[in-house]
Amino acid sequence: MSLKIAPAPVRKTLQVKASQARAFEVFTAGFARWWPATHSIGKSALKDAIMEPQVGGRWYERGEDGSECDWGRVLAWEPPARLVLSWQLSAQWKFDPDLLTEVEVRFIPEGDRLTRVEFEHRGLESYGDQAEAVRKSINSPGGWPGILEAYAAAAA
Amino acid sequence: MTDAIKILEALADPTRREIFERIAARPRSVGELARGLPVSRPAVSQHLRVLKTAGLVADYAEGTRRVYQIDPAGLGPLRAWLDRFWDRALAAYQAEVESNPEQ
Repeated sequence: MSLKIAPAPVRKTLQVKASQARAFEVFTAGFARWWPATHSIGKSALKDAIMEPQVGGRWYERGEDGSECDWGRVLAWEPPARLVLSWQLSAQWKFDPDLLTEVEVRFIPEGDRLTRVEFEHRGLESYGDQAEAVRKSINSPGGWPGILEAYAAAAA
Repeated sequence: MTDAIKILEALADPTRREIFERIAARPRSVGELARGLPVSRPAVSQHLRVLKTAGLVADYAEGTRRVYQIDPAGLGPLRAWLDRFWDRALAAYQAEVESNPEQ
Protein backbone atom coordinates (compact mmCIF):
# COMPACT_ATOMS: atom_id res chain seq x y z
CA MET A 1 0.00 0.00 0.00
CA SER A 2 1.33 3.37 -0.84
CA LEU A 3 0.43 6.61 0.87
CA LYS A 4 0.30 9.19 -1.84
CA ILE A 5 2.34 11.89 -0.27
CA ALA A 6 5.95 12.61 -0.97
CA PRO A 7 7.91 14.67 1.50
CA ALA A 8 10.75 16.71 0.06
CA PRO A 9 14.15 15.02 0.20
CA VAL A 10 16.50 15.99 3.00
CA ARG A 11 19.26 18.01 1.30
CA LYS A 12 22.50 19.28 2.77
CA THR A 13 25.47 21.07 1.30
CA LEU A 14 28.73 21.46 3.13
CA GLN A 15 32.23 22.48 2.27
CA VAL A 16 35.12 20.48 3.67
CA LYS A 17 38.74 21.52 3.80
CA ALA A 18 40.08 18.44 2.05
CA SER A 19 40.71 17.11 -1.43
CA GLN A 20 37.89 15.40 -3.31
CA ALA A 21 39.66 12.05 -2.92
CA ARG A 22 39.98 12.41 0.83
CA ALA A 23 36.40 13.63 1.22
CA PHE A 24 35.18 10.50 -0.60
CA GLU A 25 37.54 8.19 1.26
CA VAL A 26 36.49 9.40 4.72
CA PHE A 27 32.80 9.19 3.86
CA THR A 28 33.12 5.60 2.63
CA ALA A 29 36.12 3.67 3.97
CA GLY A 30 36.23 5.90 7.04
CA PHE A 31 32.51 5.69 7.71
CA ALA A 32 32.86 4.05 11.13
CA ARG A 33 35.18 6.84 12.29
CA TRP A 34 32.49 9.51 12.17
CA TRP A 35 29.09 7.78 12.23
CA PRO A 36 27.27 8.49 15.53
CA ALA A 37 27.97 5.35 17.55
CA THR A 38 24.55 5.63 19.18
CA HIS A 39 23.02 4.58 15.89
CA SER A 40 23.96 0.96 15.87
CA ILE A 41 21.11 -1.34 14.83
CA GLY A 42 22.52 -4.60 16.16
CA LYS A 43 22.13 -6.06 19.63
CA SER A 44 25.82 -5.64 20.22
CA ALA A 45 27.71 -2.33 20.33
CA LEU A 46 28.93 -0.99 16.99
CA LYS A 47 32.47 -2.09 16.24
CA ASP A 48 32.71 -1.31 12.57
CA ALA A 49 30.56 -0.12 9.69
CA ILE A 50 31.41 -1.36 6.23
CA MET A 51 30.53 -0.09 2.78
CA GLU A 52 31.69 -2.59 0.15
CA PRO A 53 33.40 -0.56 -2.62
CA GLN A 54 31.33 -1.67 -5.63
CA VAL A 55 27.84 -1.41 -7.08
CA GLY A 56 25.68 -4.00 -5.37
CA GLY A 57 28.02 -4.10 -2.39
CA ARG A 58 26.65 -4.45 1.10
CA TRP A 59 26.45 -1.60 3.58
CA TYR A 60 26.39 -3.10 7.03
CA GLU A 61 27.63 -2.91 10.57
CA ARG A 62 29.56 -5.40 12.62
CA GLY A 63 29.02 -5.54 16.35
CA GLU A 64 31.53 -6.18 19.11
CA ASP A 65 30.29 -9.79 19.20
CA GLY A 66 30.94 -10.29 15.47
CA SER A 67 27.27 -10.19 14.48
CA GLU A 68 26.38 -8.33 11.27
CA CYS A 69 23.35 -6.17 10.44
CA ASP A 70 22.54 -4.84 6.99
CA TRP A 71 21.72 -1.18 6.47
CA GLY A 72 21.34 -1.15 2.70
CA ARG A 73 23.26 -1.54 -0.54
CA VAL A 74 25.69 0.40 -2.69
CA LEU A 75 23.67 1.58 -5.72
CA ALA A 76 26.32 3.76 -7.36
CA TRP A 77 30.07 3.73 -6.72
CA GLU A 78 31.92 6.42 -8.65
CA PRO A 79 34.99 7.42 -6.64
CA PRO A 80 35.88 10.12 -5.93
CA ALA A 81 32.84 11.98 -7.29
CA ARG A 82 29.59 10.25 -6.39
CA LEU A 83 28.03 7.65 -4.15
CA VAL A 84 24.45 6.35 -3.92
CA LEU A 85 23.34 4.05 -1.13
CA SER A 86 19.99 2.47 -0.39
CA TRP A 87 18.98 3.30 3.15
CA GLN A 88 16.66 0.54 4.34
CA LEU A 89 16.47 1.34 8.01
CA SER A 90 12.98 1.60 9.40
CA ALA A 91 11.66 4.14 11.85
CA GLN A 92 12.60 1.56 14.50
CA TRP A 93 16.16 1.70 13.16
CA LYS A 94 16.01 -1.88 11.90
CA PHE A 95 16.79 -3.23 8.43
CA ASP A 96 13.63 -3.65 6.37
CA PRO A 97 14.06 -5.10 2.86
CA ASP A 98 10.73 -3.58 1.80
CA LEU A 99 11.73 -0.06 2.75
CA LEU A 100 13.67 1.73 0.07
CA THR A 101 15.01 5.21 0.54
CA GLU A 102 18.16 6.53 -1.13
CA VAL A 103 21.13 8.50 0.04
CA GLU A 104 23.17 10.24 -2.66
CA VAL A 105 26.41 12.07 -1.95
CA ARG A 106 28.32 14.11 -4.53
CA PHE A 107 31.84 15.36 -3.97
CA ILE A 108 32.68 18.40 -6.09
CA PRO A 109 36.24 19.76 -6.11
CA GLU A 110 36.37 23.49 -5.48
CA GLY A 111 40.07 23.89 -4.92
CA ASP A 112 43.25 22.01 -4.13
CA ARG A 113 42.03 21.09 -0.66
CA LEU A 114 38.45 22.21 -0.77
CA THR A 115 35.47 20.06 -1.67
CA ARG A 116 31.78 20.79 -1.78
CA VAL A 117 29.70 17.88 -0.49
CA GLU A 118 26.12 17.70 -1.72
CA PHE A 119 23.99 15.29 0.23
CA GLU A 120 20.45 14.07 -0.44
CA HIS A 121 18.27 11.54 1.39
CA ARG A 122 15.20 10.90 -0.77
CA GLY A 123 12.25 8.56 -1.17
CA LEU A 124 11.05 9.30 2.35
CA GLU A 125 7.46 8.53 1.35
CA SER A 126 8.52 4.89 1.65
CA TYR A 127 8.13 5.36 5.40
CA GLY A 128 4.40 5.82 4.95
CA ASP A 129 4.06 2.12 4.20
CA GLN A 130 5.44 1.20 7.54
CA ALA A 131 2.67 2.44 9.75
CA GLU A 132 1.36 -1.03 10.49
CA ALA A 133 4.67 -2.34 11.75
CA VAL A 134 5.22 0.77 13.79
CA ARG A 135 2.05 0.20 15.75
CA LYS A 136 3.54 -3.01 17.17
CA SER A 137 6.84 -1.56 18.26
CA ILE A 138 5.93 2.00 19.02
CA ASN A 139 6.29 1.55 22.76
CA SER A 140 9.35 -0.66 22.73
CA PRO A 141 12.56 0.94 23.99
CA GLY A 142 14.13 0.48 20.57
CA GLY A 143 11.23 2.20 18.81
CA TRP A 144 10.69 5.84 18.10
CA PRO A 145 10.49 6.98 21.72
CA GLY A 146 13.86 5.43 22.50
CA ILE A 147 15.52 6.80 19.40
CA LEU A 148 14.07 10.26 19.87
CA GLU A 149 15.08 10.33 23.52
CA ALA A 150 18.62 9.30 22.68
CA TYR A 151 18.68 11.83 19.89
CA ALA A 152 17.42 14.65 22.10
CA ALA A 153 20.02 13.81 24.75
CA ALA A 154 22.83 13.72 22.21
CA ALA A 155 21.76 16.90 20.46
CA ALA A 156 21.32 18.88 23.68
CA MET B 1 9.34 15.57 18.51
CA THR B 2 6.30 13.71 19.78
CA ASP B 3 4.84 14.80 16.43
CA ALA B 4 6.69 11.92 14.81
CA ILE B 5 4.99 9.46 17.13
CA LYS B 6 1.59 11.06 16.60
CA ILE B 7 1.87 10.77 12.87
CA LEU B 8 2.89 7.13 12.93
CA GLU B 9 0.18 6.23 15.41
CA ALA B 10 -2.41 8.03 13.33
CA LEU B 11 -1.52 5.95 10.29
CA ALA B 12 -1.32 2.66 12.20
CA ASP B 13 -5.13 2.33 12.45
CA PRO B 14 -6.49 0.56 9.32
CA THR B 15 -9.68 2.66 9.17
CA ARG B 16 -7.76 5.89 9.54
CA ARG B 17 -5.32 4.80 6.87
CA GLU B 18 -8.27 4.06 4.56
CA ILE B 19 -9.74 7.49 5.26
CA PHE B 20 -6.37 9.09 4.69
CA GLU B 21 -5.93 7.32 1.36
CA ARG B 22 -9.35 8.37 0.17
CA ILE B 23 -8.54 11.96 1.05
CA ALA B 24 -5.16 11.60 -0.66
CA ALA B 25 -6.95 10.58 -3.88
CA ARG B 26 -9.03 13.78 -3.80
CA PRO B 27 -10.49 16.17 -1.23
CA ARG B 28 -13.74 14.86 0.33
CA SER B 29 -16.35 15.96 2.84
CA VAL B 30 -17.14 14.02 6.03
CA GLY B 31 -20.43 12.84 4.50
CA GLU B 32 -18.73 11.46 1.39
CA LEU B 33 -16.16 9.65 3.49
CA ALA B 34 -18.80 8.13 5.79
CA ARG B 35 -20.88 6.84 2.87
CA GLY B 36 -18.07 4.67 1.55
CA LEU B 37 -17.00 3.19 4.86
CA PRO B 38 -18.54 0.68 7.30
CA VAL B 39 -18.26 3.12 10.20
CA SER B 40 -20.57 5.81 11.53
CA ARG B 41 -20.25 9.45 10.63
CA PRO B 42 -19.26 10.42 14.20
CA ALA B 43 -16.56 7.74 14.05
CA VAL B 44 -15.28 9.22 10.77
CA SER B 45 -15.22 12.66 12.39
CA GLN B 46 -13.23 11.25 15.29
CA HIS B 47 -10.69 9.67 12.92
CA LEU B 48 -10.43 12.95 11.01
CA ARG B 49 -9.63 14.77 14.23
CA VAL B 50 -6.75 12.35 14.90
CA LEU B 51 -5.43 12.76 11.34
CA LYS B 52 -5.70 16.53 11.64
CA THR B 53 -3.95 16.65 15.01
CA ALA B 54 -1.12 14.57 13.53
CA GLY B 55 -0.80 17.12 10.73
CA LEU B 56 -1.75 14.65 8.01
CA VAL B 57 -4.91 16.35 6.78
CA ALA B 58 -6.24 19.87 6.73
CA ASP B 59 -9.85 21.02 6.35
CA TYR B 60 -11.60 23.98 4.83
CA ALA B 61 -15.17 25.18 4.51
CA GLU B 62 -17.04 24.79 1.24
CA GLY B 63 -20.52 26.23 1.67
CA THR B 64 -21.95 24.43 4.69
CA ARG B 65 -19.66 21.42 4.33
CA ARG B 66 -16.21 20.83 5.73
CA VAL B 67 -13.89 19.38 3.15
CA TYR B 68 -10.71 17.50 4.01
CA GLN B 69 -7.53 17.40 1.96
CA ILE B 70 -4.10 15.99 2.68
CA ASP B 71 -1.58 18.23 4.31
CA PRO B 72 1.37 18.19 1.89
CA ALA B 73 3.71 18.50 4.85
CA GLY B 74 2.21 15.27 6.25
CA LEU B 75 5.37 13.30 6.80
CA GLY B 76 7.01 16.48 7.98
CA PRO B 77 7.92 15.45 11.50
CA LEU B 78 9.63 12.27 10.34
CA ARG B 79 11.47 14.26 7.70
CA ALA B 80 12.40 16.93 10.24
CA TRP B 81 13.87 14.28 12.49
CA LEU B 82 15.99 12.82 9.67
CA ASP B 83 16.99 16.34 8.69
CA ARG B 84 18.37 17.01 12.16
CA PHE B 85 19.95 13.58 12.35
CA TRP B 86 21.90 14.17 9.12
CA ASP B 87 23.00 17.61 10.32
CA ARG B 88 24.66 15.94 13.25
CA ALA B 89 26.10 13.02 11.27
CA LEU B 90 27.52 15.29 8.56
CA ALA B 91 29.03 17.65 11.13
CA ALA B 92 30.83 14.62 12.59
CA TYR B 93 31.91 13.64 9.08
CA GLN B 94 33.29 17.12 8.42
CA ALA B 95 35.21 17.11 11.69
CA GLU B 96 36.74 13.76 10.78
CA VAL B 97 37.69 14.84 7.24
CA GLU B 98 39.39 17.96 8.57
CA SER B 99 40.99 16.38 11.64
CA ASN B 100 44.21 15.38 9.86
CA PRO B 101 45.19 18.02 7.32
CA GLU B 102 46.65 16.54 4.16
CA GLN B 103 50.37 16.89 3.60
